[in-house]
Amino acid sequence: MNVRTLIYSENTELSLQLLGKAIQLSGEDVSAVAVDPDQANVLVNSGAAKVYLAKDRSLDTLRGGILDVVTRESPDLVLVGSSKRGRELAPRVAAALDAGYSGDCFDVQQGEDGFQVKRLAYGGSTVATMKIRGKPAVVSVSPRSFQKPETQGKRGEAIELNVTSPASRVKVIESRPKKAGDSGLENAKVIVSAGRGFKKREDLKLLEELAAELGAKMGCSRPVSADLGWMAQWVGISGKKVAPRLYIACGISGTIQHAAGIRDSHIIVSINSDEAAGIHEISDYSIVGDIYTVLPALTRALRERAR
Amino acid sequence: MTRIVVLVKDIPDLNEVKIDPSTRSPLVDGAKRRLNDLDKRALEAAIRVKEASGMEVVTVSMGDERTKTCALEALAMGADAAYVVTDLALKGLDAYATSRVLEAAIRKAGAFDVIVSGELSLDGMGSQVGPRVAELLGVPQVTYAKELKYESGKYRAIRDLEDVDEVVEVEPPFLATVVREINEPRIPSLMNIMKAKRKPITEWNAESLGLKADELRASVRVEVSDVKAPEVKRKRIMIKAEKVEETVAKLVDALTAEGALEG
Repeated sequence: MNVRTLIYSENTELSLQLLGKAIQLSGEDVSAVAVDPDQANVLVNSGAAKVYLAKDRSLDTLRGGILDVVTRESPDLVLVGSSKRGRELAPRVAAALDAGYSGDCFDVQQGEDGFQVKRLAYGGSTVATMKIRGKPAVVSVSPRSFQKPETQGKRGEAIELNVTSPASRVKVIESRPKKAGDSGLENAKVIVSAGRGFKKREDLKLLEELAAELGAKMGCSRPVSADLGWMAQWVGISGKKVAPRLYIACGISGTIQHAAGIRDSHIIVSINSDEAAGIHEISDYSIVGDIYTVLPALTRALRERAR
Repeated sequence: MTRIVVLVKDIPDLNEVKIDPSTRSPLVDGAKRRLNDLDKRALEAAIRVKEASGMEVVTVSMGDERTKTCALEALAMGADAAYVVTDLALKGLDAYATSRVLEAAIRKAGAFDVIVSGELSLDGMGSQVGPRVAELLGVPQVTYAKELKYESGKYRAIRDLEDVDEVVEVEPPFLATVVREINEPRIPSLMNIMKAKRKPITEWNAESLGLKADELRASVRVEVSDVKAPEVKRKRIMIKAEKVEETVAKLVDALTAEGALEG
């Protein structure tokens, strides 16, 4: 059975990724909502059969616009790009439609009775597979989950939407562009990280010396930051998600929320005196030993290697 | 006098959740339950509005008997009353049906100025109950707030978006969701922990909210078919030696061979 899909993202790049998936599921039965004529043009030239142009980018207008297009096109699936703006819009649309919704999905498949989606759960430690029943199913899709359409489809049709919304009670006073992100942990090439194996704050000196030798940024596990306050930011899904070339976990037990935060690291090294600590299971190299003796020895060994 | 409603959820402590090595499923049942961190920050934001406005703060939660322990923690932090839906017939509902229960509970709790909740709960990570509840109640939403201030009958918030910080002004009633940067939640004093025991916790079930549990269960749109940790592909090499100097030398050799120490 052929399904009909409606796509929306205010981000053109992401909307093309949605379009790629939508064409795979629906062939020519793809409609889209665009936020400006340029985006509408890109989408009609990339395989969307009908592209509806919203009057403005406000939440209320987009909500009303998408609901209007759902009435006209009767889609089985509504794919929304999972930007922050998309993630606040999609569940609101789903609620208005009495529809099921799953957010931040990285996989969408047509199932026997509805759609099957995959996304992270439990702090990112696990992948949940879910079934969405009812029409339409609303899904927000993480960036880079799907490929853009391969071939240029035949040119679709652009249609202006006349949906306007009464002035919202939420008035935007100012939009302050963000400063470029802090060059901290997220972009670090090497990270050395402290856990509860450190007994006193002063002992972090051992980590500092190792960090200096490696040119590494320092991080820590959640309790060291959130409970003890020894560092401002922690590594983990509730803190900073990192992807260094080398991650050295020192005295860290390796809870699932920490594990999920370091999963994309190239090499993980763990130093922990507890042989049964979970961190060893997610490491490339493990040393079962006391950080108070291993860290100074490692710092010395690296210093000698540098000579 | 209207009130501030905070949606608080108790979730398994993710620092205690282990993965079953044979099934790769998370072992959730043994873990202690705690307030979802972002909901705690939502509560802290609400208490600060209370301090500026004199309005009451009430919490609304859904769960079971254990949820009352978390409600007590919210009361100790400074909430004035807690409403907890403890109906076991409502366990395991999806966000669609849960939002309908919360909508009914908020309506029953009375008039509100603002509803505040965390942007996300770390267990389900659905990030949808806030906007759904706003839609069902027909109120505007201010999501991803990293600042929320009450100023003579109005609210001013800063929304933390990808490219910009958006400063907005909003007249109540509305719903706000908060991000981690908004505040550091207070730790209740022993005195306030004692006082909390005398504050009211009201329990509701489907019937007292005018809902039918079986209809709600039948209305569920999203079903979780399976939750599993992805397979870890790590080398898992244990480095062992007699002396610590030999151990670290082996590690340095291995890392050098990997190219992990270059540049």
